[in-house]
Amino acid sequence: MTEPVERVDVLIAGGGYVGLSAALAIAASVPGARVALADPRPWREASGDLRAFAVAAAGRRMLSALGVWSGLADEAEPVREMIVTDSRLDDLIRPVFLTFERQEEGEPLAHMLPNGPLVSALGAAAETAGVRFLTPDSVLATEQTPGGRRVRFTSGKTIIASLVVAADGARSRLRAEAGIGTNSWSYGQSGIVATVEHHRPHEGRAEEHFLPAGPFAVLPLKGGHKSSLVWSERSDIADRLVAGAPFLFEAELVRRIGHHLGDVRVIGRRQAFPLGLTLARRFTADRLALIGDAAHAIHPIAGQGLNLGFKDAAALAEVVALALRAGRDPGAADVLDEYQRWRGFDTLRMAAMTDGLNRLFSNDLGPLRLIRDFGLGLVDRLPPIKRVFADAAAGAPGALPRLVVGEPI
Amino acid sequence: MTEMKRDSVDQAEVDRFSAMAREWWDPNGKFKPLHRFSPVRLGYIKREVSRHFGRNERAADAFSGLTFLDIGCGGGLVSEPMARLGATVTGIDPSPVNIEVARLHAAETGVVVDYRATTAEDVLAAGERFDVVLALEVVEHVSDVPSFLATVADLVKPGGLVIAATLNRTLKALGLAVVGAEYVLRWLPRGTHDWKKFVKPEELEAPLQEAGLTLLDRRGVVFDPLRFAWKESDDTDVNYMVLAARPKA
Repeated sequence: MTEPVERVDVLIAGGGYVGLSAALAIAASVPGARVALADPRPWREASGDLRAFAVAAAGRRMLSALGVWSGLADEAEPVREMIVTDSRLDDLIRPVFLTFERQEEGEPLAHMLPNGPLVSALGAAAETAGVRFLTPDSVLATEQTPGGRRVRFTSGKTIIASLVVAADGARSRLRAEAGIGTNSWSYGQSGIVATVEHHRPHEGRAEEHFLPAGPFAVLPLKGGHKSSLVWSERSDIADRLVAGAPFLFEAELVRRIGHHLGDVRVIGRRQAFPLGLTLARRFTADRLALIGDAAHAIHPIAGQGLNLGFKDAAALAEVVALALRAGRDPGAADVLDEYQRWRGFDTLRMAAMTDGLNRLFSNDLGPLRLIRDFGLGLVDRLPPIKRVFADAAAGAPGALPRLVVGEPI
Repeated sequence: MTEMKRDSVDQAEVDRFSAMAREWWDPNGKFKPLHRFSPVRLGYIKREVSRHFGRNERAADAFSGLTFLDIGCGGGLVSEPMARLGATVTGIDPSPVNIEVARLHAAETGVVVDYRATTAEDVLAAGERFDVVLALEVVEHVSDVPSFLATVADLVKPGGLVIAATLNRTLKALGLAVVGAEYVLRWLPRGTHDWKKFVKPEELEAPLQEAGLTLLDRRGVVFDPLRFAWKESDDTDVNYMVLAARPKA
């Protein structure tokens, strides 16, 4: 053997909110753990990113348990009320199908949180907890050796990690390198994501309209006069709306949301993402675990991706932290099997649900329009429905990762 | 420390040991029952040693500065975790094959353990003493239990700990460990255990006390079929662990 190569317990590839929260959770739960994180973009450079996510209660509890929520509360806009309509585009009157005000405990339904401050808060906390940042740098290739995964970086550096965590996004290079296949569903639809400014205040109210083209959500942002849109359309229409003149976009927008917000003006970039689902066939391989979009990518239904990603990070961090505390090899097959079993169930449920939705959407029968309201995004944001689903499907108590219920690992 | 002297060993031998090391360390392989035991066993050691020596139970390096002797270390399934937690570990086993397997695996994972093919009696005779002495799943395999336990006790420094674990000589243990594990589930090769050599808790504790140790805890380990995992319990009928300390001088 040649000169000794540096070893770490866990190397996380990808410094988005999922990778950062996994790194932070492990380092903060296990003093002395050697955790490194590589990303081509340092977390300090993300602060201007205003894309907003709906953080559900579970996500907020996790951020609290990680000690970053108090610093983020000023950036977060509480969603205090949500109205849901099921209607056709030209219906003159949209019957309000469901109205949800605050939950019984008085906590908001969700919080709208911009990506920049979220990443900054997680990055700063991870650095304080002792995570070693290898930025800007990215994983070039990895190679399985009997006692660890040898990781080569674009900078030329090499380290050996007991466990490599792929948090490198929907087109995960590490997932492809490990030969993990994916199943994909696509609907020929795209989700348009944009931010709008409006004359009248939103008063913390979220709107979700179930239009024939798919769900259309208006989510309140900080300050009262800005909202985030998630707008599904057939892909060719979506592309034209995004590429076209702002006034056309705004006119189409008003056709869908009405006039109650007053004049609306689109600010910043309009983007369209193909709507679909990509699921990794496995979440683990030799000394490798997939989390976040690398494991399951959904675009761009606000909230779902983030909340699922947080759950992955929480479950993996718990399994790895308990192994490290016991002196076990965090990349050993039996440790990774625990993560696979834990998250695999959720993913299967989601796959079944999404496949079912695919069929629902290709059908225009009236009663189905009611059923499909249970789908995209809604389930995680409306606690009573969520509870019904959760109670029916999850069963055993204690199945949730500790961080997700707001407890430290 | 990663430099290994292999010049005098022929490659076929190394390959054979390497294959055996993979077998020892495969969680779904021949030693699956031992691996299944690891989480509860290691969790107990981590908690009790941390409490006794005032260490942070949550830390990855909680055992730094402590010396451990792992008697009957086999392929190193316990020695390596102890070393990973920062302990200075000596792993001993009478089988030179086991020791070679353990050495090879430690070199691969970058963990430093002093593995030796020797006996507890020889280590004692050489005058070495340790903060923590582990005798896990070995008592049921020795010929003279009281004399072996006296040796174990003498290997502990004043203020140090002994952790011993073994199978109880009850009909329940006979049913589960021998008939169940060896014959029904085929987890272990038939003949691995001789029930008559299983040791009752009193038979394990008395020699330790006679050697001047104080008993701190006796804890059972039972199989939880729902989680398909072992867990701690007050029921010591099948497998149990005993914790004893040598008073400070």
